[in-house]
Amino acid sequence: MNFKKIKEGIWEMPKQEEMNVPARIFATEKLFGEIEQGAIQQIVNTAQLPGIQKAALGLPDLHFGYGFPIGGVAAFDAKEKGVVSPGGIGFDINCGVRLIRTNLIAEEIRPKLPELMDLLFEFIPAGVGQKGKIRVEKNELAEIYSKGARHMVEKGFGWKKDLKKIEEKGEMKKANPEKVSEKAFKRGLSQAGTLGAGNHFVEVQAVEKIFDEDIAKSFGLFEGQAVLMLHSGSRGTGHQIATDYISVMQKAMEKYGIKVNDRQLACAPIESQEGADYLEAMWCGVNYAFANRQAMSHWVREGFEQVFGQDAKSLEMEIVYDICHNVAKFENHMIDGKKKELLIHRKGATRAMPAGRSENPKVYAKTGHPAIIPGSMGTASYVLVGTETGLKESFASVCHGAGRTMSRHEAMRKKSGAQVKKELEAKGEIIKGKSSTGLAEEMPEAYKDIDEVIESVVLSGIGKKVTRHLPLAVMKG
Amino acid sequence: MFELFEHKADVGVRGVGKSKEEAFAECAKAMFSVTVDLKEIDSEEKFDIEIETNDLESLLVDFLNHLLYLRDVNETVFNRFDLYIINEGDEWKLNGKAFGEKINKKKHNIKSDVKAASYHQLIVEEKDGKWLVQCVVDV
Repeated sequence: MNFKKIKEGIWEMPKQEEMNVPARIFATEKLFGEIEQGAIQQIVNTAQLPGIQKAALGLPDLHFGYGFPIGGVAAFDAKEKGVVSPGGIGFDINCGVRLIRTNLIAEEIRPKLPELMDLLFEFIPAGVGQKGKIRVEKNELAEIYSKGARHMVEKGFGWKKDLKKIEEKGEMKKANPEKVSEKAFKRGLSQAGTLGAGNHFVEVQAVEKIFDEDIAKSFGLFEGQAVLMLHSGSRGTGHQIATDYISVMQKAMEKYGIKVNDRQLACAPIESQEGADYLEAMWCGVNYAFANRQAMSHWVREGFEQVFGQDAKSLEMEIVYDICHNVAKFENHMIDGKKKELLIHRKGATRAMPAGRSENPKVYAKTGHPAIIPGSMGTASYVLVGTETGLKESFASVCHGAGRTMSRHEAMRKKSGAQVKKELEAKGEIIKGKSSTGLAEEMPEAYKDIDEVIESVVLSGIGKKVTRHLPLAVMKG
Repeated sequence: MFELFEHKADVGVRGVGKSKEEAFAECAKAMFSVTVDLKEIDSEEKFDIEIETNDLESLLVDFLNHLLYLRDVNETVFNRFDLYIINEGDEWKLNGKAFGEKINKKKHNIKSDVKAASYHQLIVEEKDGKWLVQCVVDV
């Protein structure tokens, strides 16, 4: 396809035929060359949606998805013509990551890690069909949908100050439980505070490298430090909300005369009843996922307290940040020199607002908030920060991880879960997984090289490196 | 007959049969085979299914998603289906039963989770007296 390098690390396919805007991909030459045609076609399909602004974007971890590609950003005019598409957010609404710091030195805690991981494995419900420890009735679930992480803090899970370091303070204010179906409620009752399966994990990491001393310091990060990363989403609640509204959108498209290339792109005008209902329901899913990570953080702290014999406060187990990578948000951005309200769909993309933007929590007003990028199993993770270039070029978005490069089948044909575990353990990492198939599917080789992905972000200027972390011990669902 | 087909990030599920009903049931088996070995499931639990849509393709997606809902709420996995599909005017209706067993981690070798069935690469077609139905599921 016809892509041209327009700037260092930015490739553009000009608007053509049915496209309303150009398609742009952020990647080094090497990564750009490896992007599959299917993923490019999916960006082109996205560029054809009504009301899309500026360009349909592919981040360096871009890969083939269902409907929208994974690692994509699409911005729609919030006032005129713009649409909202549940498929552009995905089934796992507010799949996201949380980073928790400690004052412990990674190398010093190594001997204690087996004990710690056993406890976390016991405390945090994980795996397919696993019910949670928190049982709620419908009324309380509605509270979780409305209040997100705040509800969990009020229930005694975590600290009040945690809320200040969560995207949106862990609570989408316009969430409306009345827009959530009975089926989604039923799926949500028993899964609060569960990790799930697939690529979700709890990982103890060592901060291996600091790229920006000042910013790392304001994030509470230092070289050699032990930190904990948590990757999870909205479980059955989110999947059901997405499923329900993708179905609603099938009918809405006919009503509003919208045509799409793939029915999974189904959408409705943002200002239509169907669009507004979905947004209010989707935000309930976002809140549910924030609440889940809040509850799990509490058990993480309990695990550390038990193993290290100190309370979590004296271990300085503050939240660094908690951020979504499957979500849609209303934000103001400049389009053709004018400020415009847009609905930014990020599917497998992480917001990275630079300093000076009102979306930043107060504590990060001068630096911009941390953009947390989990690596695949056995590989490095990063903390990045947004830039003015990113604000201009990528609607303040960066990648969300490494991005798959091998299908699950290919991965399983290559190695068994047991073999993957053995290889990683030989490198000194502790691996605990509920499912052997899950471990095989998530093998490091099934993903792009995270360092090359991050280099693409740096090269195109849409984000800056702050820290790089190495895995010490991981628990998979 | 059912099979899984390749997709970079997710999994394709396909069912083939002499009737729509058989193909739908096979496709559902394909989907549950992602999570568990079907042979390990005893069909001791039974759930009624009733689904209505405006087109046959949506009927497949809604059917598969309904099974995932039943899986989550009842913690049950399925391996046998008795289905009837009828067309009334603009509407397609699926009635029937799903048979399965409560998830038992000691008995079932749990593999990968399926989050939802999508409209991506969705096909419901009859060719030379055979029905082929498929879509991509998010894992």
